[in-house]
Amino acid sequence: MLLQAKHVTHYFGGLCAVSDFNLEVQKGELIGIIGPNGAGKTTVFNLITGVYKATQGSIQFEGQELVGRKPNEITTLGIARTFQNIRLFKELSVLNNVRIAAYSQTNYNPLEALLHAGRFNSAEQKDIDTAMDLLAVFQMDNFADEASKNLPYGLQRRLEIARAMATKPKLLLLDEPAAGINPNEIVQLMEFIQWIRRQFDLTIILIEHQMRLVMNICERIKVLDFGATIAEGFPIEIQHNPKVMEAYLGEGGEL
Amino acid sequence: MTNQSATPHTWRDRISAGWEAIVSRRWLLTVLLVIGFALSFLIPRFGLINPYVQLVMMYVGINIILATSLNLVNGFMGEFSVGHAGFMAVGAYVSALLSMRVIPANLAAWLFPLSILAGGAAAALIGLIVAVPSFRTRGDYLAIVTLAFNMIVKSVIENIDAIGGPRGIPGIPKLTTMPWVFGCMVLAVWMMRNLVYSNFGRGVLSIREDEIASDLMSVNTRQVKLIGFMVSSFFAGVAGALFAHLLQFISPRVFDILKSTDILIMVYLGGIGSIAGSILGATIFTILLEVLRPLGYFRFVLMPLLLIFLMLYRPRGIMGLREFRWFIPGYELFASKVWREKREVSDAPAS
Repeated sequence: MLLQAKHVTHYFGGLCAVSDFNLEVQKGELIGIIGPNGAGKTTVFNLITGVYKATQGSIQFEGQELVGRKPNEITTLGIARTFQNIRLFKELSVLNNVRIAAYSQTNYNPLEALLHAGRFNSAEQKDIDTAMDLLAVFQMDNFADEASKNLPYGLQRRLEIARAMATKPKLLLLDEPAAGINPNEIVQLMEFIQWIRRQFDLTIILIEHQMRLVMNICERIKVLDFGATIAEGFPIEIQHNPKVMEAYLGEGGEL
Repeated sequence: MTNQSATPHTWRDRISAGWEAIVSRRWLLTVLLVIGFALSFLIPRFGLINPYVQLVMMYVGINIILATSLNLVNGFMGEFSVGHAGFMAVGAYVSALLSMRVIPANLAAWLFPLSILAGGAAAALIGLIVAVPSFRTRGDYLAIVTLAFNMIVKSVIENIDAIGGPRGIPGIPKLTTMPWVFGCMVLAVWMMRNLVYSNFGRGVLSIREDEIASDLMSVNTRQVKLIGFMVSSFFAGVAGALFAHLLQFISPRVFDILKSTDILIMVYLGGIGSIAGSILGATIFTILLEVLRPLGYFRFVLMPLLLIFLMLYRPRGIMGLREFRWFIPGYELFASKVWREKREVSDAPAS
């Protein structure tokens, strides 16, 4: 069991954003979380990654409790994520975006950094090479010195994933990877997600609105509505679940 | 209008080509530093420049340390600290008291580095005490806390009679000389540059860009903020120590909010997030203030006006977020290029 969320409940003031959320993720799985806007999907990601502290319940990653840990600790344990609205370090170069994500892998102390001495030089060189190699894997090495805000939208999305991969995650959380991507590119995106999963031996949880994407690549799907889990199962089950159709599409919809 | 594009050798092209030739020769920086250091000995020794100008030059050096250290927090980290003079005061008082009351008079000159370091260390410690509670929250809180801190430092000093109270400390030995200022300035700027181009520096930058994303990309933002703030206040303390031993007289009034405002103006004039900018800003501000001295009180109208126009037409300051190429470490500047060359070499036998 890679990730196990048990009875996770979260309140914003009096509003229940997530109630009794349960999830078990085995290594290597690709799981989709869907639901209408405001269903609490992103909140689930924020709870797993430590941005919010769950009001109740427990989330365990490889047997370690995540609730109460700080986001940077959780990332270091091996959970990385992307964001619904791209959150790159805009003014910084593509290379630096990736290098920042390797923060916890660097082993020199502040004094060595101040003097550029000791372990600093070799560590820095290794750091650059690792980051460039990663960019090359994502075919972005030619943009290394470009400020990330200058990249076209698609590349910004790709850089966000590359940056997440620089933290060396075991579990990757993708928050609406298809947002803003035109329908023709969905197939490419699906192949891309499958590819990083194989390339980096990843487990992936993704939030998505594009049904085509979710139904095609996810092995299991969880459906949230108003913070509550209303359905869970294989894509084919979800597609024919009347509760899901009602919540998600109103009446008469077809997934 | 001349046809600039048609002829390749307009004055503009020549200037830019000349500039390119200068900045691409990185060893020139070392040469300049050696010359500068030699001059800092020779100028006072042979009285090459009149003493007033020498004094202004030393103020420039001290202000460069102040502006660069404040830029670390305000420009690179994107926080807003407004009480930098408070840390300067701590450094100034600690080092002055050390030189006058602890270190024997005949050793004071030899142990001057020690009292500079002690001033810096005391300021860093106070910086840590200020930073721990104020970085728990985000945004404007740091401004309020540092503003209050500056006032607290001032009134604490005013109320301790043992260190002169509001009258201050007169008769501090004049230990700050031009080589000291130049040496400390170069070391301070070098170290802060080093920090910026390191893991911690990138952490500092990422906090400015997007703190939540930074946290989620494994940056220990709390640790990075504390380190950044401590380094910043350390060098403010060092500048304070140099300042005290140059002016030979310090009083709490010297380190009030106006002094902090001066440093803020230097940072924003020169440009946020740029070491070259801070050097430029501190130099321009200090010299301008002296040049405009004949205007009397009107210079305090002119300086803010300058700042207003700057904010209107160049909101990021002269060098905002850009860096002079000499200040960027070589391996960083050519990182992608070197990597590509290495890759070509390793790919060559295979193809």
